[in-house]
Amino acid sequence: MTVDGDRLADGLLDGDVWAGVRDMSPLLFGIVPFALVAGIASVDAGLGLVEAVGMSVIVFAGASQLAALDLIESNAPLAVVVGTAIVINLRVVMYSASIAPHFAEYGRRFRAGLAYLLTDQAYALSVAEFEANPERSRWRYYAGAGAALWVVWQVGTVVGVVVGASVPDAWGLTFAVPLVFLALLVPAMKDRPTTAAGVAGGTVAVVAGGFPLNLGLLTGAVSGVVVGLLTEVVGE
Amino acid sequence: MTGGSALPLGDSLEVWVAILLIGVATYGFRISFIHLFGRIDEVPDRIKRLLRYVPPAVLAALVLPDLVTLRPSVAATLVDERLIAGVAAGAVAWRTENVMATIATGMVTLWLFRFVVFA
Repeated sequence: MTVDGDRLADGLLDGDVWAGVRDMSPLLFGIVPFALVAGIASVDAGLGLVEAVGMSVIVFAGASQLAALDLIESNAPLAVVVGTAIVINLRVVMYSASIAPHFAEYGRRFRAGLAYLLTDQAYALSVAEFEANPERSRWRYYAGAGAALWVVWQVGTVVGVVVGASVPDAWGLTFAVPLVFLALLVPAMKDRPTTAAGVAGGTVAVVAGGFPLNLGLLTGAVSGVVVGLLTEVVGE
Repeated sequence: MTGGSALPLGDSLEVWVAILLIGVATYGFRISFIHLFGRIDEVPDRIKRLLRYVPPAVLAALVLPDLVTLRPSVAATLVDERLIAGVAAGAVAWRTENVMATIATGMVTLWLFRFVVFA
């Protein structure tokens, strides 16, 4: 057996791992502000540093973390906090199904480890790369991309907690939370049904803002999905 | 706080319970088909269609209530520094699809109206 040449060339990093890290790096510019905002929102919701980092490590899914923090801050019941976060993360099932064939050759435990790093970004990069470059090591590339995102997410959370604790409330730094979501929402409304889903979801959430138990967000989200489906059916 | 029987997430234990429950569910979504591959290879079409609308619906439901508060008059609802900042940021998001530029535009517009125009 020979030592992998890439490993020699790259020192610690294997060539395929490094390719994942390299391809993820431009996306990290979008992740940094997102992670900072997660840290800032944690402070606002009354979480300490350990809880904030605990959430970023255990949940490791930005949009659901921000929504949960927002609901925790407004004293929503536990079931609403958890239910809302779960609805937001449902989309990950799609990624799991789509990437599963690429991991089929690995053992069950190893796949269980790989699953932890599954995010919007790691999924999108990996599937595109596996198409374009079939000889690429699946797990190495995916793990490189996923781990790069993981590290930046955790460090960003910590920095956000420190920043959030030291900036006056009047600056309204938590306004960055809806702005991050807005940056994700605009490209998500890419055709008529998805646009209808967004318009309906947002409008219902505003009108339902006074619903008890902070159910407004959940009501809006479910309405949006229904309207999206109906628009698709009508358009056929 | 509404609803007397509800569990307020005021202290650390409840926060940890929320974190653990969300974390377990999210990991379950992540591993679902990666684990089941070979037994169930495809997400059923109906579920796939439904899941397509989750991101725009959820994201809009997260964004709009933070930008809009319904007030007695249309003018009072529209003349709001958060809504103005949101519209400016939305335009930048649409043109650039850049998270950093979107946040910067929104925050600067918010501060401009909060500390200068409406001050």
